[in-house]
Amino acid sequence: MTQTFSIGIGGAAGQGVATPGDIFAKIFSRRGLHLNAYNAYQSIIRGGHTFLTIRAGVDPVTNMGDTLDLLIPLNQDTMDRHLRLLAAGGACIYNADSIKPGEHAEGVQLCPLPVSTLADITKNKVAQNTLAMGAALSMMAIGFESLESVIHEQFGKKAASVAEENIAVARAGYDYATQHFKPFANPVPMTDTKYAVLSGNTALAMGGAASGVKFYCAYPMSPSTGVLHWFATNGRKAGIMVRQVEDEIGVVNMVIGAAQAGVRAMCATSGGGFALMSEALGLSAMAEIPIVVIDCMRAGPSTGVPTKTEQGDLWQMLGAAFGDYPRVIAAPLDIGDCFTLMHEIWNIVDKFQVPGLVLADLLLSEGRLSVDPKILDFKPPIDRGEMITSPNGHGEGGYKRYLITESGVSPRAIPGVPGYTHVVASDEHDEDGVLISDMYTNAQKRRAMMEKRMRKEKGIAAAIPPPRLQGPKDADVTLIGWGSTQGVIEEARAQLAEQGITANQLQIRWLVPLHGEAIVDQLHGAKRTIIVENNYSGQFARYLRGETSFVADGHIRKYDGEPFMPHHIVEAVREQLAGDTTLSIPTHEIMV
Amino acid sequence: MATIVESPKPLTMADFKGRVDPDWCPGCGDFGVLAAVQKALVELQIPNHMICTISGIGCSSNFPGFIETYGMHTLHGRSLPVATGVKMANPDLTVLVTGGDGDGLGIGGNHLTHTIRRNVDLTYIIMDNQIYGLTTGQTSPTSRIGMKTKSTPFGNIEGPLYPITMALAAGATFVARGFSGDQKHLTDLIRQAIQHKGFSFLDVFSPCVTYNKDNTFQWFRPRVKRLEDDASYDASNWIGAMEKSTIWGEEIPIGKFFERTDLPALHEAEPVTQGRTMLSYPLHIDPAAAQSFIDELM
Repeated sequence: MTQTFSIGIGGAAGQGVATPGDIFAKIFSRRGLHLNAYNAYQSIIRGGHTFLTIRAGVDPVTNMGDTLDLLIPLNQDTMDRHLRLLAAGGACIYNADSIKPGEHAEGVQLCPLPVSTLADITKNKVAQNTLAMGAALSMMAIGFESLESVIHEQFGKKAASVAEENIAVARAGYDYATQHFKPFANPVPMTDTKYAVLSGNTALAMGGAASGVKFYCAYPMSPSTGVLHWFATNGRKAGIMVRQVEDEIGVVNMVIGAAQAGVRAMCATSGGGFALMSEALGLSAMAEIPIVVIDCMRAGPSTGVPTKTEQGDLWQMLGAAFGDYPRVIAAPLDIGDCFTLMHEIWNIVDKFQVPGLVLADLLLSEGRLSVDPKILDFKPPIDRGEMITSPNGHGEGGYKRYLITESGVSPRAIPGVPGYTHVVASDEHDEDGVLISDMYTNAQKRRAMMEKRMRKEKGIAAAIPPPRLQGPKDADVTLIGWGSTQGVIEEARAQLAEQGITANQLQIRWLVPLHGEAIVDQLHGAKRTIIVENNYSGQFARYLRGETSFVADGHIRKYDGEPFMPHHIVEAVREQLAGDTTLSIPTHEIMV
Repeated sequence: MATIVESPKPLTMADFKGRVDPDWCPGCGDFGVLAAVQKALVELQIPNHMICTISGIGCSSNFPGFIETYGMHTLHGRSLPVATGVKMANPDLTVLVTGGDGDGLGIGGNHLTHTIRRNVDLTYIIMDNQIYGLTTGQTSPTSRIGMKTKSTPFGNIEGPLYPITMALAAGATFVARGFSGDQKHLTDLIRQAIQHKGFSFLDVFSPCVTYNKDNTFQWFRPRVKRLEDDASYDASNWIGAMEKSTIWGEEIPIGKFFERTDLPALHEAEPVTQGRTMLSYPLHIDPAAAQSFIDELM
């Protein structure tokens, strides 16, 4: 196992947890360290309990990990909830004026800061945060200069004096810690690499922009709102129109309108908004207007737990809109993949003129990850499929928008091109768009149009790669996951290997169409298969069984709103190998 | 290179005739609305391919199939957001939206309010027959109190919406009411509505001859009074328009209630569509902009 360093910062919303989080993230990424950050919070603007975990290391850090090396509680509540997460060798830096430590493991260093004597707390409301950052850096054996430059960037926008004042406070914390506290046994390393740090929402938005999206609209909904914020901030510079709409029904229909006019248009929402959009997905498929809809899942049903994660929308997506129609559904595997997947799905969606659905979740959307900036490719291949954007002689009265073809795909003329006028229709229609739903119903034509649209599924399946088994071929256990659990399962496999249990992994990225045969092939001969997912009912397990008749030996499920930690999976695998159960529901020990 | 195909001769009514004949009941008010729209387009000589006619669902929403333009037959109540997307992505298109009172004021009421306040440059024609026709005769948001329909067999106890008042209150920059039975007047209103830069709202009495036995052509004909016939009526006076908008009874005003031209349409206010369409942007975004987005993450 590779070495990582984890910091937990907690307090009430409004106490300023985010700023130290941003500063640590910057310092780590500039030292050439990978990092993963996850913020556990509540739907409240002031108060409650916010707990940010930042974990850094030389190798890719795919999840929040199991333990903390450093805890910075900004209030008593955080101290009480999280002190026990520190293992021997860990440290807790806190305001000695207002916070009392409680029970803690042996070997944990308590680092009380006399905040009111080190800083003028009447002038600087966040003095305890800044002092703690300074102290932490000293204990991590990181030079003060790196903190100084980040504070300049962070506060310099307000006024130089604000930056100077905060640097002085940080310096006091740094010096105090150097004199009074023991540095960490393993200093935080450094490499020459430089990483970009971004949230999944930023990655989804940037991935869309890189794919050539020219129209984005949304109704704000946690945890997808960050996508709207990125587009709103950067749309003008990128030549992308951004609109906030009255509701998600309006959103998806506006996207369909812009797409029909000829541009790539997309939107993002969460489960509740997606529910409102579902009728229009049928319109997209029926009228054959390609669009992309992102669903950043949160814990449901109903308003559910707006600030907590879940993989609970799979069946909603599988069943969205009535009737049969071709669609593509994909789940990004990590935050970097939120970027990459966008242009892949867009090329398929455009080529086959179908709705494409991206199934992200709060863990990805609001988590942050370091990535090699090279993967943020703004010149990916863009294939818009068979589009008619200028007259080419075939129009003159003979154009059929829904021409029946072998592939099911008909060349698409966009409004404004002379000679190609036609109607795209929500009702069933003939090859030229004339409705065959009301006056001119026709069973033979209806069947032919259904089959034309559904034939696209074959082409789509051929365009997407089947999943591949990761890890040793002959393993004690095969863990099957989908989407955002890639990283945590990977780390659990490494921990299991240390304990003498070999594990491999089959991670599903393309959910529809599902490469059922390839999956069954890969699982053939597996000694023990366990499906890991962040929901109650085993939505993927049920889907896989429905598509392939494959029944896994066991299940690990979590539906408490928090993501898996590696040890949850490790312990569950062990209990299942011991024959204790076939369904493990790990307990989330962190009180957030 | 794209070749621009110029129409060799002026466009006529025949050029706007759709591929199939309307499937409306004989005598339906919608025939008159279709004819008036076609006449207005002939007057304005807008090339067919530069027009997009968009509808929701219902009898009147079958309209795009009966006129030779680009068309979209969308979902019940959702024509306006679809039309907004079309217009904003390609402001060069003339966008016409048609539908019924149930489609626009019932299921689509929320979109109507917001499309109005955004002042999207399109012409919205409600073919108002005060009944749900395609579902065989239930009460609609403009049905009068007491009206007997299949869903109100003992008489409607709910009050109606006043579409003109509602449009004015939401901030529409062009508000008019027409009558399918007054072709010349209606054609003139539609022409003005299309020419207006911004959201044009047209409530058109389009009687249902099958299911609405109360508000028939015969019922409307003696009641409708053209605002244009009153020389003192000032269509730039919003308060005056509001006062006129609720008049309903022995006299029902039709005509242009209100117009203002001092507000920008949405695509004129939108920085990315200053003199260009979204289609004109290259697929890959500017490399310098792309690099700046990455730099911010470092």
